[in-house]
Amino acid sequence: MKILTGNDLKTGAVVWWTGVDWSIHVDDAVDAGGEADTVAAREEAARRVNVPYAIEAERIDGKVRPAHIKDRVRALGPTVRPDLTLKPADPDARDWVI
Amino acid sequence: MYLYDQYDQAMVDARVEEFRDQARRRLEGKLSEDQFKPLRLMNGLYLQLHAYMLRVAIPYGTLNGRQMRALADIAETYDRGYGHFTTRQNIQYNWIKLEDAADILADLAEVEMHAIQTSGNCIRNISSDHFAGAAADELVDPRPYAELLRQWSSFHPEFSYLPRKFKIAVIASETDRAAMKLHDIGIRIVSNSEGEPGAAFYVGGGMGRTPMIAPCIREFVPLDRLVTYAEACLRVYNRYGRRDNKYKARIKILVHELGAEEYTRQVEEEFAHLLEQGVEPPIAELDRIRTYFADPDFEDGPKSVDRSDPDFALWVERNTVRHKHDAYVSAVISLKPVGGIPGDASAEQMRLMADLAERYSFDELRVMHTQNIVLPHVRIADLHALWSALDEAGLGAPNLDTIEDIIACPGLDYCSLANARSIPVAQRISERFAAKGRTAELGELKLKISGCINACGHHHAGHIGILGVDRKGVENYQLLLGGSEAQDTALAKITGPGFDEDGIVDAVETAAEVYLREREDGERFLDTYRRIGMTPFKEALYG
Ligand code: SF4
Repeated sequence: MKILTGNDLKTGAVVWWTGVDWSIHVDDAVDAGGEADTVAAREEAARRVNVPYAIEAERIDGKVRPAHIKDRVRALGPTVRPDLTLKPADPDARDWVI
Repeated sequence: MYLYDQYDQAMVDARVEEFRDQARRRLEGKLSEDQFKPLRLMNGLYLQLHAYMLRVAIPYGTLNGRQMRALADIAETYDRGYGHFTTRQNIQYNWIKLEDAADILADLAEVEMHAIQTSGNCIRNISSDHFAGAAADELVDPRPYAELLRQWSSFHPEFSYLPRKFKIAVIASETDRAAMKLHDIGIRIVSNSEGEPGAAFYVGGGMGRTPMIAPCIREFVPLDRLVTYAEACLRVYNRYGRRDNKYKARIKILVHELGAEEYTRQVEEEFAHLLEQGVEPPIAELDRIRTYFADPDFEDGPKSVDRSDPDFALWVERNTVRHKHDAYVSAVISLKPVGGIPGDASAEQMRLMADLAERYSFDELRVMHTQNIVLPHVRIADLHALWSALDEAGLGAPNLDTIEDIIACPGLDYCSLANARSIPVAQRISERFAAKGRTAELGELKLKISGCINACGHHHAGHIGILGVDRKGVENYQLLLGGSEAQDTALAKITGPGFDEDGIVDAVETAAEVYLREREDGERFLDTYRRIGMTPFKEALYG
């Protein structure tokens, strides 16, 4: 599926398009399908999110996994600082990225 | 160290207010990202993988305790409690909010710091020898010249939109501790046969996609023409640099394509023209700057220490460097604890380093391009007290220039340009060698890792270099051998096919074993490689 991502204008935080808004949790991302470019352009124009763009991902057991490692690092946080990621208590989080 | 005069301060303060207005307009939606991006980049504000990243300039790596404490406060107040010291002797913060950026710049301005020209196609922070003013082997302190060039290049209208970014290093000793020949312009302060000081110019070096060692284009430029000659070098580049192709836009490509001889001819022609125009600042300005870099009041004292404590003795042996005054040394604070993140320091550690600098080093610190910190002037009599404080805070790793002292760029953990993660590889290598107790046995072995071809981790110049690449979406690592960024500058060569994350750690160990097997008396890894060549390493690595 195609999901949309960008960085929040004010905080720079990585965000994912939920269909109505932006979330910091990749699992909230929805398939933007053929709408991806239109939504990206609209949200860019609204100036809430920096340079939104579409990426490939898949949904496995209800969880969203971006196809490229770079987006998985973005979705989690730095693998070398688990304490600063979105899942500081999850020992398997790093393996999910790699 | 240099202190701002009213012009410096006014310029920096004005820039803060200008940026505050720009950021406000962006936050209010009056500027698009396309409009705002060049403005934020001019103030060192990038957008990286997880957030905005702010790169703060530390001119020629020199700062005082008050400034280091301000950096700690910024880490704690606006970021997540730490900062990352870089191979350009700067510091980066990884978790900055746009809403806070102008306030951070204002806090920096209060301690005579800024983030101007830490990005963009302009002359970047000028780097220098981290032992400047302390080194036993230097001709003079190179920093007054670096400072003069900093002032000349700051907001220089002609050089604000160069074909690409531009990096200058200034040193003043035969020993190169600043990778001088791997800069766009490398300057070495020398003396001629009459004993007069001048500058040798090396132009067109660099790492990145197309690494090149800068040729010397002029062996002696009188110091009262230093800025004029630099300006001539820049002018020719600004006029003919390849603006049509980002990958060919650095000066190294121009010098290479024209040939050093033709480039030099054009520079000399421009130099003659500029001499008529009188662009050189008055020598009184250099003299004024020099007064800020006068030696502190060194005192005589003990020239040796009690080394009966083996841990202390090892640290003294490894992490202290001879000083021009025999009662002092320069002490290196390693930011490379085993398994740690190279170059990262917490706010608490920064404050401790600031305190120790004030107490033991005439209130001076230096950032090394190898991502460590130097206290340049420590009395030998104070060494044990200094080491005890560092050791207690986890800053006493005795590993300068060893395989544990790895340069690693932020890589794919933070950097949006990365292909692969650098930091975990560095962590695993240092853990592997420390666990096996092999670090000391290997002696000087400089290992450098970059997460992409941009080479911020200086992999081309590592005795062992590692380059992260993307192989169909999977991290892969190329191994390189034989580089050096010292006075014997050399570019490392790729051994062969790359390795996965586990494989690259094993490959480094294999290369180290070849060295241990083949080395002759007194040879470093690099010396052995140069003597025996690549073949034995390849055979061991790929069978
Ligand atoms: S070398 Fe590449 S990955 Fe590393 S910091 Fe530079 S641009 Fe980023």
